[in-house]
Amino acid sequence: MPKDSGIGASSKRREDVRFLTGDGNYTDDINIYGQTYVHFLRADVAHATINSIDVSAAAEMPGVVQIFTGADFEAVGGIPCGWQVTDRHGEPMQEPKHPVIAHGKIRHVGEIVAAVVGESLAQARDAAEEIILDLTELPAVVDMKDAATGGPKVHDDLTSNVCYDWGFVEENKGAVDEAIKSAAHVTTLELVNNRLVANPMEPRVAVGEYSRSDDMHTLHTTSQNPHVIRLLMGAFVLGIPEHKLRVVAPDVGGGFGTKIFHYAEEAFCTFAAKAVNRPVKWTSTRSEAFMSDAHGRDHVTKIELALDADNNFTAVRTETYANMGAYLSTFASSVPTWLHGTLMAGNYKTPNIYVNVKAVFTNTVPVDAYRGAGRPEATFQLERVIDMAARELGVDPIALRRQNFVTEFPYATPVAVEYDTGDYEATMAKLEEIADMGGFAARRAESEKNGKLRGLGVNCYIEACGIAPSNLVGQLGARAGLYDAATVRVNATGSISVMVGAHSHGQGHETSFPQVISEMIGIPEDQIDIVHGDTSKIPFGMGTYGSRSLAVCGSAMVKAAEKVINKAKKIAAHLLEASDADIELKDGTFTVAGTDKSVAWGDVTLAAYVPHNYPLEDIEPGLEETAFYDPANFTYPAGAYACEVEVDPETGKVTIERFSAADDFGNVINPMIVSGQVHGGIAQGIGQALLENCAYDDDGQLLSASYMDYTMPRADDLPFYSVDHSCQTPCTHNPLGVKGCGEAGAIGSPPSVVNAVIDALQSGGKNVTHIDMPLTPARVWDAMNNA
Amino acid sequence: MYAFEIERPSTIADAVNALKSEDAQALGGGQTLIPTLKQRLAMPASLVSLTGIGEMQGVCLGDAGEVCIGGATTHATVAREAAAHYPGLAGLASHIGDPAVRNRGTIGGSLANNDPSACYPAAALGSGATIITNVREIAADDYFQGMFTTALDEGEVITEVRFPVPEKANYQKFVQPASRFALVGVFVAKYADGVRVAVTGASEEGVFRWSEAEAALSGDFSAAALDGLSVPADGMISDLHGSSAYRAHLVKVITGRAVTAAG
Ligand SMILES: Cc1cc2nc3c(=O)[nH]c(=O)nc-3n(C[C@H](O)[C@H](O)[C@H](O)COP(=O)(O)OP(=O)(O)OC[C@H]3O[C@@H](n4cnc5c(N)ncnc54)[C@H](O)[C@@H]3O)c2cc1C
Repeated sequence: MPKDSGIGASSKRREDVRFLTGDGNYTDDINIYGQTYVHFLRADVAHATINSIDVSAAAEMPGVVQIFTGADFEAVGGIPCGWQVTDRHGEPMQEPKHPVIAHGKIRHVGEIVAAVVGESLAQARDAAEEIILDLTELPAVVDMKDAATGGPKVHDDLTSNVCYDWGFVEENKGAVDEAIKSAAHVTTLELVNNRLVANPMEPRVAVGEYSRSDDMHTLHTTSQNPHVIRLLMGAFVLGIPEHKLRVVAPDVGGGFGTKIFHYAEEAFCTFAAKAVNRPVKWTSTRSEAFMSDAHGRDHVTKIELALDADNNFTAVRTETYANMGAYLSTFASSVPTWLHGTLMAGNYKTPNIYVNVKAVFTNTVPVDAYRGAGRPEATFQLERVIDMAARELGVDPIALRRQNFVTEFPYATPVAVEYDTGDYEATMAKLEEIADMGGFAARRAESEKNGKLRGLGVNCYIEACGIAPSNLVGQLGARAGLYDAATVRVNATGSISVMVGAHSHGQGHETSFPQVISEMIGIPEDQIDIVHGDTSKIPFGMGTYGSRSLAVCGSAMVKAAEKVINKAKKIAAHLLEASDADIELKDGTFTVAGTDKSVAWGDVTLAAYVPHNYPLEDIEPGLEETAFYDPANFTYPAGAYACEVEVDPETGKVTIERFSAADDFGNVINPMIVSGQVHGGIAQGIGQALLENCAYDDDGQLLSASYMDYTMPRADDLPFYSVDHSCQTPCTHNPLGVKGCGEAGAIGSPPSVVNAVIDALQSGGKNVTHIDMPLTPARVWDAMNNA
Repeated sequence: MYAFEIERPSTIADAVNALKSEDAQALGGGQTLIPTLKQRLAMPASLVSLTGIGEMQGVCLGDAGEVCIGGATTHATVAREAAAHYPGLAGLASHIGDPAVRNRGTIGGSLANNDPSACYPAAALGSGATIITNVREIAADDYFQGMFTTALDEGEVITEVRFPVPEKANYQKFVQPASRFALVGVFVAKYADGVRVAVTGASEEGVFRWSEAEAALSGDFSAAALDGLSVPADGMISDLHGSSAYRAHLVKVITGRAVTAAG
């Protein structure tokens, strides 16, 4: 019997009522009396020296409040990078200044060159057209290998365009080289992990406010982590102490990673609100989003997989170029390193692994975390090269994977992480069942009758979620702790407000977090509300990304709730004249073990706030507790995915006929929400595999700068999915035994799609071994015709 | 968007008059023009909306049995009202854009704009339609003059389009994945005096007739008749979504499919 509330119930998403009825309160819905509007003049060339900027005519235009250029921000800090990577030689990465407004030089199309604050947006925009830029255009560098090997320099003050040349684990290198040399078989694959634009439905918005009377700054912004923004912007950019800076991220219409980062527009609106002493609002247009939201992925990789004569994996060696864009975005440096190299073992017991990553600057928009961040790149190359090896060796790709699975836990990989638990055989067996692999041959025959090629592709994945143990990531270069926090505030009549550091922007925390508290205390879910997204209301938590909310913030919430329950038991013991050791809490009622004496939750909470009959000498009144939780390890969700495609051999068009996902997320709080997360992730994974491509020309002009050229997945591009999360090996080190599910779909799906297309083409006698994503009809047709 | 005046005339005569004022521009469904204005890529002093003009609305049958469509008729209306008379044309209209686009965008706007990837130009050229304006009648063969270029003069309004009804016709659109305009779209129509084949999306010159295919299909209206024919890649569009060779290849594949679908 499925439960109808508490842990394991598919409670309906309560937040959807406001989202679906237009009652959401998004940042753009915030309009403050006296507010002004900023229009950013953005670079339309990728690389140029700024000789001068003449704003005199613009300043005379109607409605102009003030015009800002890079000179106004000279005294202000640069946008910081939150992670310092140390390279193979022990040197810190090269870290250029990332100005709020370009100063001296333009380094990518879309970079802010000037900002016009006006009474209306139209007036600000009119005035911006009167700004006269005197630029000397410079040759741009777009291709990563050109950039790394001496193309035009993006930053004159750096020694080269290489941000870092990272080796991981450097000590493994010799053994890996040796294992590859002596292998019975080596499969080599060069591939591109295509650059993507996250495209949340809600574009970014920032509203800055300043109160002169108390020197208080407020920034309303579309963020996944308001405290991170307060920390970075307050401490590093504008020099505002925490108590004078409030950051509010209200309803946020999707983030996918791209709203983690601290952006120039946020710093600008906060700064300008004080300068003009009026609120300043910016709402990104979709066109601006394409050229100012951090992009994702963009790796070029060579991977080698070595096998012994019995097809056991003996070594993996990779060399990756990772695009940083023109500047280091907040977590850019950590994505191709710690979120990528550490996952190169995948689900397999390969003994020798070495990962080399060269991060390079180019004249493009900064690149940073996008759903999965580093882990999709790791999974894609590994699961593609395994498939290719299976083909080269003439063995079944599933059998080859099975043979190499990690089967004993905990398992310490050669790339520095320890998988606490997992069962890769179980998810693979589940996948074979839900994907009806037995019926594939008949389906292929049917497709062939209709002149289509049919292919089946499979892959496994593992990811590291629950980011992250602070002491570990501190050693690795993180410039912040990655714990989270929650305050459980019990009200006098027993209802509960939980203030959490995590931020919900589609994940459904407002529904799933109360399910946990409801389960612990035994009161109805609707007695519990979640408060998030406002630094003036919530404890200092690090927000939502890396599938961490439940595993990290949820754990903090459980710990705070445990403190509350312990205190409540003491109060109940007093009211029941019993010893607190004998008090039990079940279904919202405290009982004395072995007796029929009881007191209801609400009577205890009332006593805490109206302490007339109360042990004031022993316990404080009130019932409110805060806990911080710092995870002991990452969590390791894993699973196996299968995709079945049809390819039209005349046009190269790929259609996805079936898609199945068997995931192990550990314990599941709300199965419906988990399925929804997997569905959305797969949509984005299929988007990457078949449709989405952020392309630049050689001059650094963005070719895919609108939906006319950037293909978002639409409902009719996607099949009905078959998803399963019944294989559950609970996480061993957090109180809920949960692992995280937010990114799995995007991590786990691209390889199976590409594997399936290759399988289809080979079944049609085409000797195609690889096609770079996205597998558009034109690319598939080209590959078929060049084979 | 820059500021502009808007006029909503109710007769063709008033519209033509309004369009005489300096920097006035006709507004159909606005599905192309409004995004252009939002990007500040055009700066008309006034927009003259044509959608309130009754004489430019709707679908009817002419004396010679041709389908006559008012210049301000939306794609959705054509999809609905032309279905019984000219299913090939109605089918084309029903696959333009999405419901919002189909309920705003107009046939006159589409033909006036002559986007090289738009659908209607293929129907007009493939049917040998007549484009009727406030001053003259223009045969489709004379009307399309290259990407975004037509025979229309400044201030000239498409008031109606007349389509002779073929025995059989079909339009197949192989979509550009992002915009879902035609990467290659082919309109095939079989008339008593021969077959017309019009191709959109493919050529740098905009919509064109594939005369070799027309000759072959006029003798044998089957996909097999195209065997041995090919379209040169030279002059075909090459972009992010496909090379000129790919487009040239698709022209033949999609023409074959349109012939088969026409039955
Ligand atoms: C999301 C989207 C998807 C689309 N998909 C497709 C598609 O798949 N296939 C396709 O073919 N099209 C597609 N379109 C284009 C759409 O179908 C419209 O037909 C097209 O935008 C122009 O028609 P309109 O009535 O909107 O013209 P407007 O945008 O109002 O005007 C376009 C131009 O025509 C002029 N004009 C308008 N009416 C007349 C007239 N009667 N006489 C003379 N000049 C006139 C205007 O002055 C302007 O220069 C799409 C558009 C959008 C926004």
